Amino acid sequence: MQQMPYLSLNNLPSRWIDGLSSQLAHGENILAWLEIDLDHQLHFDAGMVIVTDQRLLAKMADDEIWQAWSYQPGLLLAQRDHAGVGCLELFDQHTRLAFWRYRLGNGMAVNRLIECFTQQLEYQLSGIPPESSPASIQCANCGAFLPPEEDECPFCEKQSHTPPSTWTLLRLWRFAKPYKGRLLIGFLLTLCSTAATLVPPYLTMPLMDNVLIPYQNGQPINTDLATFYLSGLLGAAVLAWMLGWARTYMLALVSERIGADLRTTTYEHLLNLSQEYFGGKRTGDLMARIGAETDRINLFISLHLLDFATDVIMICMTAIILVSINPWLALVTLIPLPIIAWLIHLVRDRLRIGFEKVDRIWAEVNNVLADTIPGIRVVKAFAQEKREAARFHAANQRNLQINDRVNKVWSLFTPTVTLLTEIGLLVVWVFGIWQISKDEITVGVLTAFLAYIGRFYIRLDSMSRIVSITQKAAAGTKRIFDILDHVSSVPEPANPVHLPTIQGQIELRHVGFRYGTRSITHDINLVIKPGEMIGLVGHSGSGKSTLVNLICRFYDVTEGTILIDGHDIRTLPVAEYRKHIGLVLQEPFLFFGTIAENIAYGKPDASRAEIVAAARAAHAHEFILRLPHGYDSLVGERGQALSGGERQRISIARALLINPRILILDEATSSVDTTTEKVIQKALDNLVRGRTTIAIAHRLSTLREANRLIVLDRGKIVEIGNHAELMAREGYYHRLYLAQARNVDTEDRVAAPTVEHSIAGEIK
Amino acid sequence: MSDTFDYRLTRNSYGRLVFTDRSGVMHEGVIPVRSFPITDPEQGIALMDTHGHELAWIEQLDDLPEEYCALIKSELASREFMPEIKRIAKVSGFITPSTWQVETDRGETAFILKGEEDIRRLTISSFMITDSHGIHFLIRDRLALDRHSIKLLDHFL
Repeated sequence: MQQMPYLSLNNLPSRWIDGLSSQLAHGENILAWLEIDLDHQLHFDAGMVIVTDQRLLAKMADDEIWQAWSYQPGLLLAQRDHAGVGCLELFDQHTRLAFWRYRLGNGMAVNRLIECFTQQLEYQLSGIPPESSPASIQCANCGAFLPPEEDECPFCEKQSHTPPSTWTLLRLWRFAKPYKGRLLIGFLLTLCSTAATLVPPYLTMPLMDNVLIPYQNGQPINTDLATFYLSGLLGAAVLAWMLGWARTYMLALVSERIGADLRTTTYEHLLNLSQEYFGGKRTGDLMARIGAETDRINLFISLHLLDFATDVIMICMTAIILVSINPWLALVTLIPLPIIAWLIHLVRDRLRIGFEKVDRIWAEVNNVLADTIPGIRVVKAFAQEKREAARFHAANQRNLQINDRVNKVWSLFTPTVTLLTEIGLLVVWVFGIWQISKDEITVGVLTAFLAYIGRFYIRLDSMSRIVSITQKAAAGTKRIFDILDHVSSVPEPANPVHLPTIQGQIELRHVGFRYGTRSITHDINLVIKPGEMIGLVGHSGSGKSTLVNLICRFYDVTEGTILIDGHDIRTLPVAEYRKHIGLVLQEPFLFFGTIAENIAYGKPDASRAEIVAAARAAHAHEFILRLPHGYDSLVGERGQALSGGERQRISIARALLINPRILILDEATSSVDTTTEKVIQKALDNLVRGRTTIAIAHRLSTLREANRLIVLDRGKIVEIGNHAELMAREGYYHRLYLAQARNVDTEDRVAAPTVEHSIAGEIK
Repeated sequence: MSDTFDYRLTRNSYGRLVFTDRSGVMHEGVIPVRSFPITDPEQGIALMDTHGHELAWIEQLDDLPEEYCALIKSELASREFMPEIKRIAKVSGFITPSTWQVETDRGETAFILKGEEDIRRLTISSFMITDSHGIHFLIRDRLALDRHSIKLLDHFL
């Protein structure tokens, strides 16, 4: 007899173990558990639901006893959710026995719990042991089921929402490594140039003691000595200038290259990620990551990090020099340093919060603009210019308010730094004069000290900035590595099967797909013969586009397999497989470039004759010739304006040119009016001929040519057949068709009401 | 308003609301939906069937007989989940993502804020915070919070 995998008691979160162990009967095993976090009134409260091989157990944290339900005929465990809150319900034939509420976030565990329960129920009633499922252990932390042979919970790991630590910056080493030689040279140059800048203050000491003081005491100026010291000053300045230039240039060169590598690598990686990744991200955000974030990191390395390193080196060197001249005075000079640094940091911190606020309020002002300017036609049509102006005024006013508040602190900042510096200098003066009066040091020493100290008090301000800048750079680095760490959910096969030509038979076996925690399609079985045309029909949200995305392998199935000519598509190299598929979308996308380039997008080496032939077949040839530059006309963003129908025909030509065996038309004619649709339809007829075609269309009339129509509802196939058969059956399709036919009469120009709406008036 | 009560509303043993219209057709699992859940929760409640089609429109809950009113209120209470933040105890950091320890009208809890953009300003002083699982937390009046909470919240505004 097969054994179900049992979970040890220890895998439960520890606080439940004590109460539970006394509850379990001898030999009773826990199969699955779910920790819930809400009570019936939707207040936050902890609870636990457990499926064992004998019964279902449940308890809220405050309850005295465990509730238990033994397996008996008619029991049903089901879940539903609404607005982020799930509800798990236990029914028998007559009534609801119990229910539990929880915050969503771990849908897998809930489904698994229900699955375990149902399996056990069947087993208990029928005595037939359930099919063995791979051993699964739940993560004690989040309740997710761990993949076999893995101890760490990938779920917890992925969801670790800890803010980026500064150590993230170290990961940049991967990109800095190729340049380590140059980085070393840059560091040495930094060391030398800093040392060079420290020479002039040192020379003030003998200049004062050996030249000026003796002169004041009545001796003539020693010209030779003065010339020597002064030329030393000049030499040090020139040397510092040269070394500084070499250092900055070298490091800027390296950091620019690191930035460029970072950008290219990120972009390349991004392009290979699956559609799923792009679906969940906003374009602006991704663009900002690749553009602005890499730039910020770049700036951080080339400017801030460099400055900071220089400052630290300078302070260390200065400290050594000062101590070597006079340890006591050095001590007095250096003691106020940390205090001043800390004070500056305090003020800076307040300022940083203020500046962040200013940044955000700026974004708000920008948002008003971004909202209004693209919608200017609406604003004008409804004569709301005044209101929009008022909205902008309000945002601006808030901007002003916050700026005023920040400026209060900000205006105080520079004078404060100056004051602190002066106080520090004052301390040195006082102690220095006292020491001179005791003849412990010379005037020259005091002068040198003052010259040194003045220098790095100024640097303290910029040093205090490094904390927040580093944090920002770390956050930026994390955002970049977020992309780089993301593994494509459509992986390349380890042992790829190469299919140079295909017949075009597509087979779907028990295909199911979940997006996040939401199940979109389940158990779809379908065989599409080579050259057959299939129409996918159903409400929006019924899973048509999902199915197409799965066939294109923009996503991978969560259950079942998709076979092409008998090969699992996951065993084919992704790019090679997609070459066999021609895709025509509802909103054709044209890249900036000539029409010819756009048609040849999928086959850049196509000859002109091929391009023209494809355009002719797509009924695009004539309108292209009517454009001022024919096939060389620029289109796409910033290019020639084309109508929706014209763009669509170019995209059809694009699909024709690669001569695919499989063709997918995703609402190809939905966004154009009925007259244009007829032209496109003609073009499509050329395209469809002899190819395996899968078409999705709102307007059912456009699918009459299809060999078979697949009617989908809520992720399942409900009917299959051609138009006549389905109409005769008077089922789901019949209702859809009638509802639409009624609407076509009233249809205005373009506005095709969605199926969802038209059906609303239909079902009575 | 005379035709408002052309339907019957009951709760079956499965805990579902059942709507029976004038001609006796029954709809199980009817869901009351507020039209303006944030700005005006009491105004305009629709009864929807499981397919998302409207069965009845209730302008004001008070217009209904008491028992219906109670049924709808209890159903709404079991569906609505927008904890109102009363106090922000702790925020793990000012760089997102950060974990927030809060006290709400539904007890203490913690949630994860993914980004500053998930804090939406509703009016001048009220905010809605969407956590990493898409649950909305409401701050009805920023200034009604204690000083500590205001300060923490201010970092993100």
